Amino acid sequence: MSLYAVIFYLLAALILVATALAVTRKNPVHAVVSLIFSFFGSAMLFFLLGAPFLAALEVIIYAGAIMILFLFVIMMLRVDVAERTGFSPVRWMPSIAIGLLFLALSGLSVFRESGSAALITPAMASPREFGRFVFENYWLAVEIISLLLLLGLLAAVLLRKGRESKEKLPGGGEGEEI
Amino acid sequence: MIVPFNHVFMLAGAVFFLGLICIFTRRNLVMTLIGIEIMMNAAAIVFVASAIHWNRLEGQAFVLFIIGVAATEVAVGLALVVAAHRVTGSVDPDRYNFLKW
Repeated sequence: MSLYAVIFYLLAALILVATALAVTRKNPVHAVVSLIFSFFGSAMLFFLLGAPFLAALEVIIYAGAIMILFLFVIMMLRVDVAERTGFSPVRWMPSIAIGLLFLALSGLSVFRESGSAALITPAMASPREFGRFVFENYWLAVEIISLLLLLGLLAAVLLRKGRESKEKLPGGGEGEEI
Repeated sequence: MIVPFNHVFMLAGAVFFLGLICIFTRRNLVMTLIGIEIMMNAAAIVFVASAIHWNRLEGQAFVLFIIGVAATEVAVGLALVVAAHRVTGSVDPDRYNFLKW
């Protein structure tokens, strides 16, 4: 077992434990903090698998931006910690059975597929190489993604503005406070 | 030599499964969005592993797009959650049983 393999299994354990903690915490703030650790683990995994630029993006966007946005919203909304659990195993038995069947089938297909047991050889795509590849082959997709980001921005702003314009309506509703 | 390809696959599958559990078992819209983020992260892990396995950069390029879609989705989703919270005062999806705005 090489050093790379040791690092990979350590990272896998870190990611799984942090994600499991995030899924099971009652307090959303605790969940978000442990999820940040999970995303740091994913970033190191990306680095190990030869994608240093994506590792940086994972830290900056996932751990840095998205999770902090979640924290802001959780703190702003004062989310109730005592959350109703709507999960009873008996009622979910058919879904669990189908899910386990699906898991077994997919695991089988992953392990039976020829070449899937082949070892991954270390390689590295430098950010320059990666950027050149993306902008030479996928420039249209980059444009579409940037348009999507713009639309997301507009949607977020409009969702906020829609409430204000409603309150200007004469005799509008029950007069909710802003 | 790092690890067999299917070990990375199983890791991503487990992470995806955890995200699915998060969506199904939590009664909190913020935690539902977190579950979606976890699942997108699992998909990104699969793409990066496939990129290095087949020595193609397309996998890494698609992770870039996945991250962009995830950022957009979480911005719009959280804006919707905040808007719904303003109306109902709750983030429990079962409380949203009104159709009259």
